Amino acid sequence: MSNLQDIPVVITQRTGGDLPVLRERGQREVFCGLTGIVWLHRKLQDAFFLVVGSRTCAHLVQSAAGVMIFAEPRFGTAILTDRDLAGIADANDELDRVCISLLERRPEIKALFLVGSCPSEVIKLDLARAAERLNERLLPQVRVLSYSGSGIETTFTQGEDNALKAFVPIMPQTDARQLLVVGCLPDVVEDQFRRQFEQLGIGPVNFFPGRRAEDVPSIGPNTHLLLAQPFNGETVRALTARGATVLAAPYPFGVEGTTAWLRAAARAWQTPEAQFDAVTAPLIKRARAALERYRPQLAGKRLFMLPDSQLEIPLARFLNREMGMELVEVGTPYLDRQMVSEELALLPPDVVLSEGQHLERQLDRVRAARPDLTVCGLGLANPLEAEGLATKWSIELVFSPIHGYDQAADLAELFVRPLARRERLAV
Amino acid sequence: MQLTLWTYEGPPHVGAMRIATSMRDVHYVLHAPQGDTYADLLFTMIERQDRRPPVTYTTFQARDLGGSTADLVKTAVAEAYERFKPKALLVGESCTAELIQDQSGSLACGMNLPIPVIPLELPSYSKKENWGAAETFYHVVRALLADQVPPPGTPHPVRAEGRRPRANLLGPTVLGFRCRDDVQEIRRLLDLLDIDVHVIAPLGASPDDIRRLPEADFNIDLYPEVSRTTASWLQRNFGMPSTRVIPMGVGATRDFIAEVAQLAGIDASAVLASEQPGVAGFSSSLSRMPWYARSVDSTYLTGKRVFIFGDATHAIAAARIAKEEMGFTVVGLGTYSREFARDVRDAAKLYGVEALISDDYLEVEQAIGAAAPELVLGTQMERHIAKRLGVACAVISIPIHVQDVPARYSPVYGFEGANVIFDTWVHPLVMGLEEHLLQMFRDDFEFHDDAAASHLPAVARDARHAAASDAVAAVEPVAAAVEIPEPVIAASGEPTWSEDGERELKKIPFFVRGKAKRNTEAFAREHGLATITVETLYDAKAHYGR
Repeated sequence: MSNLQDIPVVITQRTGGDLPVLRERGQREVFCGLTGIVWLHRKLQDAFFLVVGSRTCAHLVQSAAGVMIFAEPRFGTAILTDRDLAGIADANDELDRVCISLLERRPEIKALFLVGSCPSEVIKLDLARAAERLNERLLPQVRVLSYSGSGIETTFTQGEDNALKAFVPIMPQTDARQLLVVGCLPDVVEDQFRRQFEQLGIGPVNFFPGRRAEDVPSIGPNTHLLLAQPFNGETVRALTARGATVLAAPYPFGVEGTTAWLRAAARAWQTPEAQFDAVTAPLIKRARAALERYRPQLAGKRLFMLPDSQLEIPLARFLNREMGMELVEVGTPYLDRQMVSEELALLPPDVVLSEGQHLERQLDRVRAARPDLTVCGLGLANPLEAEGLATKWSIELVFSPIHGYDQAADLAELFVRPLARRERLAV
Repeated sequence: MQLTLWTYEGPPHVGAMRIATSMRDVHYVLHAPQGDTYADLLFTMIERQDRRPPVTYTTFQARDLGGSTADLVKTAVAEAYERFKPKALLVGESCTAELIQDQSGSLACGMNLPIPVIPLELPSYSKKENWGAAETFYHVVRALLADQVPPPGTPHPVRAEGRRPRANLLGPTVLGFRCRDDVQEIRRLLDLLDIDVHVIAPLGASPDDIRRLPEADFNIDLYPEVSRTTASWLQRNFGMPSTRVIPMGVGATRDFIAEVAQLAGIDASAVLASEQPGVAGFSSSLSRMPWYARSVDSTYLTGKRVFIFGDATHAIAAARIAKEEMGFTVVGLGTYSREFARDVRDAAKLYGVEALISDDYLEVEQAIGAAAPELVLGTQMERHIAKRLGVACAVISIPIHVQDVPARYSPVYGFEGANVIFDTWVHPLVMGLEEHLLQMFRDDFEFHDDAAASHLPAVARDARHAAASDAVAAVEPVAAAVEIPEPVIAASGEPTWSEDGERELKKIPFFVRGKAKRNTEAFAREHGLATITVETLYDAKAHYGR
């Protein structure tokens, strides 16, 4: 039996889809997609990420990683030099040489990602073909995949989207019914969701990506996608092209988002409403109690979110609806309405949404509004603090477990901390 | 194509950013795609700057590549000028923009702005950060002084009678190693010599300050990686002499004073008299370091094997301090600054070692492992290497880390710098001794690993045991947390220790036990002995001495 007709429309379309958006073009203070390597390599424990790029790329990944991890890392850069730019044929040979010697050093590596960068894209170094060529030599010991994390094509979290999309063509076909959760989640969160799905009688459940790049999930017409991250639009479109269907839901941030997200899966699996309530009620109660501690510190506070991780819209929804924050402006690097339609419907109708960035003009708006809290990238945090504005670094939001019921309060606390710290300090 | 896991230097445009950010009233328009703004966080997070670097990025995207990227440059230049009103504008490209060849510099120059526009061409695929900083500083100085260059052969004006000599301090930048405090220390030193600091550049200098550079009598080339090119140009074009000595360490600071005195035409003998080697007592010297080095408790530093790696300036200076002022043995010296490879090779000859010129972190790690040092003086990379090898380490050079920008005053140049260096280098070794102490107690019949920490109440102990273990209560919890690596000994074909030999080895004081073990094993290998007995141990002792 086909399950296609089972997919419910969870939340009715509202005016959210038509919210006016301020589109800007100019300097963007946002990382490029290469940055995703920092968390992707922690998640995929058998993968090595080789950026094919410049010294800038190497420096970026190193700087974004913040602390230099003292083990030999599972990422690196094949730095293009003048000699490589002189002739592409040589660059291909060079790339093969670097990959082979790298894999000889690291026999535990099962998947090698060739990650395209701005320079490799501009000189049209074909990494997809390089991956094919290398796979002929290396499979089945090592699978080579390629994607672009270049700053001319991707912003910050789109690196994950492109990395995941690279798996889609090699996913085995299946007609079996399954739930596939799409988007990188910390292991602890993945385990919590697994338990909850089990209690709800939903299964089999697979997470994409899994913990090992070797374990590629299957895909097919009876696969239901539940989206854990709002930035994997291209991957989702590639998965639906393979027949999968998306369970429309907001993202699992906060109690409301998590409940609606689980409910979308529960409806598809026809979990009885009573069972759903029985499973979620204690979780909701616990999460609400934990959130209550932070709500007074955030309620009524004015929030300005600069574009960074693409998490801005779901997080703004959580902070506004569950924590009572006022939204001054919600910026997003790009607005993928398909990915956030459920979220947009939950935002207040008068919200100021901005897409893209003209940094100087946006900072003028920040200064004029003097919000209580500004969410921004690392490059801007200290300068804004020096202007007397409290800030929250957005990068922490992609590195910390923030999804699901039991992380809802942790998520709230991330926004409380800068405010609470200011209250403590008397210097 | 070069496989790189960690890089010592960023790309050359980051060097240019260091110059722009160090200066006042300068703005830098960087033709670069999204993502290159990551470099801002180096300044705002690592250096904790309270303002953004004065850099505008054009942020071009793939869809612009067809043709409009050049327009983005013009828009960015116009907006940056309008908003920031700089007194000089730098225009350059990052690695990707270099490939699309928009000639950003020429475009900007063609816009007829009423300020100097300085185009920068920094080849990203062959050069690196420090070179980019040096080149940018040189272009800024050359552009701003172009109309002041005297005819070739014109001597530099002689100092007017009665005016104090003036020196420029060249080279300090943000994201440099302790530049902020070194500058203060050198200023203090020059003041002692009745020399005025005329201009400090690039750190804190405006374009107007740059124009005043030729008014000084001479230049102090403080950080040659950044300022050597500029100092040489000023020497060639303005006849301004420049220092060569880096005032790091007591001996080098003395030499620096002598060199500065000679360039300034003053008598520094009074200052130098109080700084004679060997007579420097606790109260007479400007630095405590000579006395600390001579104090008896420093005896244990004698001959410590030290491996030194960093930028050329700090590595060379550190090697001299290590040998002459700490009494260490230099077992390795190297740099990632290829531009200064010759200087490092020359220095390495003084210590009878071969210079390691490499920016490959793995090669450096291998060299350190092979040299078996007791202390590593390096960058943050070497700190990680040392941690992995279980060796003490102190940081002497960039690449910078948030720990290298301390809140307290901590120069490494000048006499106070020597004090700072003494502490910074000795403390990891002291900690090393403490670790050995813990290791020794680990085998003790009372304080062995399985004994419960004495401050924990749950375990019943007899009174004697309790009293005795209280004495080490403070260190014991640490013992549990610190994993002390065993000396690495290859497994196969190696001589093995007999039971009595091993028992005897354990009687040797802990702080020389490791060395005794290594020496004895080396001796046994040399003599083809399969088993190490008590006698082998003493044969080896007699053979190696000490």
